[in-house]
Amino acid sequence: MSDQDFAAAASRFVNIGERTNVTGSARFKKLVMAGDYPAAVEVARQQVENGAQVIDVNMDEGLLDAVEAMTTFLKLIAAEPDIARVPVMIDSSKFEVIEAGLKCVSGKPIVNSISMKEGEEPFLDAARKCMDYGAAVVVMAFDETGQADTKQRKIEICERAYKLLTGIGFPPEDIIFDPNVFAVATGIEEHDRYALDFIEAVAVLRKSCPHVHFSGGLSNLSFSFRGNETVRRAMHSVFLYHAIPAGLDMAIVNAGQLDVYDQIDAKLRDACEDVILMRDPPADSGFETATERLIALAESYKGKNPEAEKQAAEWRSYPVAKRLEHALVKGIDAHIVDDTEEMRSELAANGARPIEVIEGPLMDGMNVVGDLFGSGKMFLPQVVKSARVMKKAVAHLIPFIEAEKEAGAKAKGRIIMATVKGDVHDIGKNIVGVVLQCNGYEVIDLGVMVPWPDILKAAKDNDADIIGLSGLITPSLDEMVTVAEEMQRAGFDIPLLIGGATTSKVHTALKIDPAYDGPVIHVLDASRAVGVASQLLSDTQRDPYVESVAADYESVREKRAGKGQSALLSLEEARANGFAADMAEKPAAPAQPGVHVFEAWDLADLAQCFDWTPFFRAWELAGTYPAILDDEVVGESARNLFADAQKMLQQIIEGQWFTARGVCGFWEAKRDGDDVLLTDGTRIPFLRQQVKKSRDRANFCLADFVDPDGDWIGGFAVGIHGIDSHSESFRAAHDDYSDIMLKALADRFAEAFAERLHQHVRTELWGYAPGEQLTNEALIKEQYRGIRPAPGYPACPDHSLKPMLWELMDVEKKAGITLTESNAMWPTSAVSGFYFGHPESQYFGVARIGRDQLEDYAQRRGIDLATAERWLRPNLD
Amino acid sequence: MTIEPSAARAAFETEAAKRILITDGAFGTQIQTKGLVEEDYAGTLGLTKDQKGNNDILALTKPEVPESIHRAYFEAGADIAETNTFSANRISQADYAAEELVVELNRESAGLARKVADEFADKDGRPRFVAGAIGPTNKTLSLSPDVNDPGYREIDFDYLTQVYAEQAKALAEGGADFILIETVFDTLNAKAGIMAVKQVERELGREVPIMLSMTLTDLSGRNLSGHTVEAFWYAVRHAKPLTVGLNCSFGATQLAPHVAHLAKIADCLTMHYPNAGLPNELGEYDEMPDTTAGFVREWAERGLVNVLGGCCGSSPQHIAAMAKAVAGIAPRQLPTLETKTRLAGLEPFIMAA
Repeated sequence: MSDQDFAAAASRFVNIGERTNVTGSARFKKLVMAGDYPAAVEVARQQVENGAQVIDVNMDEGLLDAVEAMTTFLKLIAAEPDIARVPVMIDSSKFEVIEAGLKCVSGKPIVNSISMKEGEEPFLDAARKCMDYGAAVVVMAFDETGQADTKQRKIEICERAYKLLTGIGFPPEDIIFDPNVFAVATGIEEHDRYALDFIEAVAVLRKSCPHVHFSGGLSNLSFSFRGNETVRRAMHSVFLYHAIPAGLDMAIVNAGQLDVYDQIDAKLRDACEDVILMRDPPADSGFETATERLIALAESYKGKNPEAEKQAAEWRSYPVAKRLEHALVKGIDAHIVDDTEEMRSELAANGARPIEVIEGPLMDGMNVVGDLFGSGKMFLPQVVKSARVMKKAVAHLIPFIEAEKEAGAKAKGRIIMATVKGDVHDIGKNIVGVVLQCNGYEVIDLGVMVPWPDILKAAKDNDADIIGLSGLITPSLDEMVTVAEEMQRAGFDIPLLIGGATTSKVHTALKIDPAYDGPVIHVLDASRAVGVASQLLSDTQRDPYVESVAADYESVREKRAGKGQSALLSLEEARANGFAADMAEKPAAPAQPGVHVFEAWDLADLAQCFDWTPFFRAWELAGTYPAILDDEVVGESARNLFADAQKMLQQIIEGQWFTARGVCGFWEAKRDGDDVLLTDGTRIPFLRQQVKKSRDRANFCLADFVDPDGDWIGGFAVGIHGIDSHSESFRAAHDDYSDIMLKALADRFAEAFAERLHQHVRTELWGYAPGEQLTNEALIKEQYRGIRPAPGYPACPDHSLKPMLWELMDVEKKAGITLTESNAMWPTSAVSGFYFGHPESQYFGVARIGRDQLEDYAQRRGIDLATAERWLRPNLD
Repeated sequence: MTIEPSAARAAFETEAAKRILITDGAFGTQIQTKGLVEEDYAGTLGLTKDQKGNNDILALTKPEVPESIHRAYFEAGADIAETNTFSANRISQADYAAEELVVELNRESAGLARKVADEFADKDGRPRFVAGAIGPTNKTLSLSPDVNDPGYREIDFDYLTQVYAEQAKALAEGGADFILIETVFDTLNAKAGIMAVKQVERELGREVPIMLSMTLTDLSGRNLSGHTVEAFWYAVRHAKPLTVGLNCSFGATQLAPHVAHLAKIADCLTMHYPNAGLPNELGEYDEMPDTTAGFVREWAERGLVNVLGGCCGSSPQHIAAMAKAVAGIAPRQLPTLETKTRLAGLEPFIMAA
């Protein structure tokens, strides 16, 4: 073979990285055994950087759970684009481990290996599975009687396997034979032929089995020279020099550690060549066999390991600021804490503050990331990794920044961030969050797919200064409008920031800003977030800034005025299409009319009728109770959380931490148009759906469920008192976990109280369903007669009806629940509403109403138009 | 075990050899124009959550809506109806508390598409096909939703395979000719889909041909899991799909280079259905039918495509304009690929064989 031919064959030769193999690398094994996966991932990265075109991953170690280790490692490297760009070779002697690996690999991998060791059927079953997952396979030259050692056995077994595989439709180009590289120069005479047999068998098989490839594990070859790197490397290079022309086209090697054939010391090279090609040593060498000669020669190379230290990654020698940038751009977090600390102390020595590490080198690095991403040179997964490195760096700096703060500065403001419901994209949000945190804001990140109640609850619970919403897909635009509407409904007035790829100033101005009275600001990119936040939270700049943005949006709206909407009926038409309840079915008068007060409902009784599902949702654990406890993904967290909740629940009940106070009442009433008129003259106005219905559906109004010829209506308010002192002591102990748990449980108590009281009303006080026997599940699913719509919720969107209920039942005095100026209830774990007892009564959403109804409602309600408009804004155009 | 070959596949390939076939356009935006309200979606199913936005449920609660959309697309000249089942899987339907209806939903959806397809085929003798559409779900097998825990996954391969198998089987039983695994943002999700269809084939004892459609998330031509178009193709080629191609994400102009690349490397039919341009500032698609049709005609003239249609923002007018624009243009010829080992990480890796 000419040098040119060899060069061509060698250029097609595939290097498979072997350092991520616990059987081949002691260091990797140690890292995996110790659970140090970040360092193990770095081993893979180095291999790819050193030129491995495929990386072999093997976790076959007796003390390891190989399935667990394999899947953990494969998932981790999937998150590393620098590594995941190359195909993986899933290497195990157990097919169970291989199959678990196949379920984690998204490209087309190679399986290493399958064989006929257990017979033809298991072999073909494994091959079929590899076809279904879409993988190439390494087939070991192994049959029912054992491993192929001689040239003849290698050829026989491989040819038989080829026939079987192509017989089931396995693509021949996806077959890689490993005809077994065994150790030579062991001193045992039968072993002398091993290398040569391998080379010769490959040459034959290459012709008899078209399209297949050949691979081999090189480290076996030089096994008898363990510890003598120089000799091992020479043997490997020499072996490849002869096996590649024969047809070997891939091998598991340490890609960074192969010598160039021509540059090997000629004496050593000749000695290796004699061993591998089974030639006699030169007569003048003084040795009987090639093996003896190599062993003798090897002594002189012992202890030398020329390349070992040279591998220290070059970037580690950069100046520290450059290292930070490199780590951010490459997403390497292995040294980030050390480098950040080095940067910090360097700056501190020059009198700079810790925040300047963030504002300087770290932000510079992130800007490079931003530019690369913006110009399409980096893609999403890489940016996610960069964000992670940034977070780790910032986490290291926070204690230093905090320490500085105690000397005077305080957090600049608290910002709730969330990606809205229905959207999984949060990179932009995370980056904005990081940037804000870096600039001294406290960021409470609610994660992705966050429904609006969670955002509002978090904002309320945390007393946030700003809410920031993010989304990347177009439906998120609508969801953001919903969040804005709900913020309005809940009486918020803090600024709302809008960001994300599909958001725009125009959409914000046209659709979101009008839904919410507080400031709404579209933030074009992360770099603007800090400027926007600082102006919004500044005493002097806030008003002018908000006004200028509002004016800007107003002009956008003016330019875009006049877009069509879905048709509304006139109020008159809607009323004509009202719901006609069968009043023969209306409930009888209450058994115990008047107002009933409950000073302290038994907490243990309430705990019996908890709806736990929203509790888990509050903790961002998705699933329905009780199934969530056995959920494959969140089950363990759910169980731990549930156990902690039970523990605190017991403390709450035994220690009487809470007092459940409530009140309810029933009043004789009749329907008067869309109002319900009580005998004392109180007029409760309700709203009617006005959106045109496509079928014979009615346009509902709650008044439809009350008989104009005389009927009854009820009301209630329940609240959980006693949270504050416990909450304070938890927070004083920096125990956020218990604090959140406490509030989440208080909410459950309030909801359970509303449910339990409603049941008491149905069976006893009003008594229209005396025989009702419902399980807790049935209660949660609302499988009972009658409804309890709450002011501020879809069927009854006007929050300002609450004061009317408060007056009717003297709620403030009897249940200790007060209303804020926005009609939010205090304590926060509270529920109030009306009772309707008609069997046909049902929940619905009023949705959009027309000007005609607004005017009519204002009149009925006895308020001016502007006030009515303010309370009903979400339901207006 | 014998798997009976699909007659629909043979018929489809025969038709595709003669001309460029047309698949349909967007469903979501068409449904939006009907101005449906919660009650229309919810029907009398008595589900515990609001159904508005659950387009797939309409097969049960308002079947005349999807039926009329299928009819409109066939009238516009479509050869293929894609079932209105993008989210009709157990994971996505859980958001609507409708997961127990998944089987029924898919059977009914496939059944009504089948009915309209057969009606049109009977009318003019031209075969019409039903592709049972399977969306990606909102979960991803390749990426962690938690930046700080890159090894975490919300679901696993076996679970997703089960979820897909449930849907695919119901679609096939309901009358779908093919299973269209579309809008593939995560290649591993698609591989679970392929595994699911293979299981279904074994259960039913007949071939259920697969159509695959990847969606790009950035202009460099990668999907969310990071695969290039070529790497994606090698990762899924074992499905021996009837068609492979791209849908959604961008308009035709942005997809053009990737359509051209796939034309060279795919040894099966290619099917592309781009969005009607890019969304404007309000998230609406406003590319006019003739504009979209003009772009795809260029692909046709360059011999790059076998099947064309529309995704987000397209309407029966877009499909009619496309059908008209490519009528009479010869379909793409399938390339003969050299036998080589084609592996993939996020990037392709080819070994001469």
